[in-house]
Amino acid sequence: MTPFSYHRPEAIDEALALAGPDSRFIAGGTNLLDLMKENLLHPRRLIDINRLPLREITPTPEGGLLIGALVGNAELAWDPRIEARYPLVAKAILAGASPQLRNMASTGGNLLQRTRCYYFYDAQTPCNKREPGSGCPARDGLNRMHAILGASDACVAVHPSDLCVALAALGAQVHTQGPQGKRRIDFADFHRLPDDEPWRDNNLDERELVTAVELPPQGYAGHCAYLKLRDRASYAFALVSVAAALDLDGERIRGARIALGGVAHKPWRLVEAEQLLCGRRAEPAAFAEAAERLLQSAQPLAGNAFKIELARRAIVRALGEAAGGTPR
Amino acid sequence: MSQNLPAAGAPAACRILLELNGERRELEVQPWTTLLDLLRDQLGLSGTKKGCDHGQCGACTVLVDGRRINSCLSLAVMQDGAKVTTVEGLAGADGLHPMQAAFVRHDAFQCGYCTPGQICSAVGLANENRAHTRDELREQMSGNLCRCGAYPNILAAIEDALPTLRGQGGDA
Repeated sequence: MTPFSYHRPEAIDEALALAGPDSRFIAGGTNLLDLMKENLLHPRRLIDINRLPLREITPTPEGGLLIGALVGNAELAWDPRIEARYPLVAKAILAGASPQLRNMASTGGNLLQRTRCYYFYDAQTPCNKREPGSGCPARDGLNRMHAILGASDACVAVHPSDLCVALAALGAQVHTQGPQGKRRIDFADFHRLPDDEPWRDNNLDERELVTAVELPPQGYAGHCAYLKLRDRASYAFALVSVAAALDLDGERIRGARIALGGVAHKPWRLVEAEQLLCGRRAEPAAFAEAAERLLQSAQPLAGNAFKIELARRAIVRALGEAAGGTPR
Repeated sequence: MSQNLPAAGAPAACRILLELNGERRELEVQPWTTLLDLLRDQLGLSGTKKGCDHGQCGACTVLVDGRRINSCLSLAVMQDGAKVTTVEGLAGADGLHPMQAAFVRHDAFQCGYCTPGQICSAVGLANENRAHTRDELREQMSGNLCRCGAYPNILAAIEDALPTLRGQGGDA
């Protein structure tokens, strides 16, 4: 690791004043320190935000929950309000990483983790995300884990988070604070597709801090499922994951939410596919149509064509599980 | 403790306070020293192992305020004020910790390199009290790899020790 100075502010304003181009905020550190050890990131200044007052989970006036950015992943998954009202969030968190990492990682940090593309992680190879303009060896290289949706010539990496897939499905909002003040970002607008600027994972400004994630009132607690398919039974990143949630009126679908993980540079959601389900009976034929629509623009790479069929079946299965009642 | 931290500018060593295996320790660390390197290299507590050094194998698992973490992915300075328990701190005056004793009874190792991490992780799992079936135990031990493949005996040892540990609410 390249030496850096360490700072531990007690107030948000103090943290923002320390922020700058050569600095990084650190919370759990599970991804940032790993990247620093690999010499992929070398900040001159680390700003430890763990003493900032961002650890609470509080009800919002609208009937949702506001999750402080420093709430730990395990703590969030096991919070009784999350378990009862937002089981999709709990299930997604518990499908990711290991118990040790979930004890360390924060809510805000989970949103900001970097792709696990092998080429991004290997400083000996070119990578447009790491070294803008150097090229993308994944596009014609080993790309079994890579994107089938929304990729660009410059980058085919995928976002690795499970939590974010659930937050995308539920339509969460990200609260931030920066030198320009506070703002809220819809989850769909938080992460970016790679386009020709793949080094930008999200739309945060350089000195902007994630302060909280807001869950809307509707948690689809009775009818949701998180299905994660991966190379081993536990502790691996998704080949494909699906967060599915249904609002049912008997056997009729009143509303649906579907988000995919492991397939794009951001959690993949398509409102048109969800709208196809409204008013339909909750049955496999309808689910297959939604899956078809979600994957309409899918473009396989040499090594990952299997993901399209895998995603199609995973969507149908997850919606079926959700329709049958949230699996316990 | 923040008054001991450097002002903006050149990197400098930081003074931290830990309760390490029940003992109060005032230490000076460089900001980039991980908790794992502090334990092994600076304090000679080599029970905690360095496997992958990237949070993937679990050999470096220790307990911080009773919760299991990967010590390779935490800076020592970030644990200022915490209570840290390593495998060296588990045994009491009256002998091995029940989880250690169960690992011995069930021969839950071959080469032994992953064992301190497995044991600390299993104690953390007992503190969490979230695993109630064999499948849940397996799932919740997935952050600890054993390349010798001693998993069946590791699982049996943990199953054996859990009833003793449950409800103790211990923080070590």
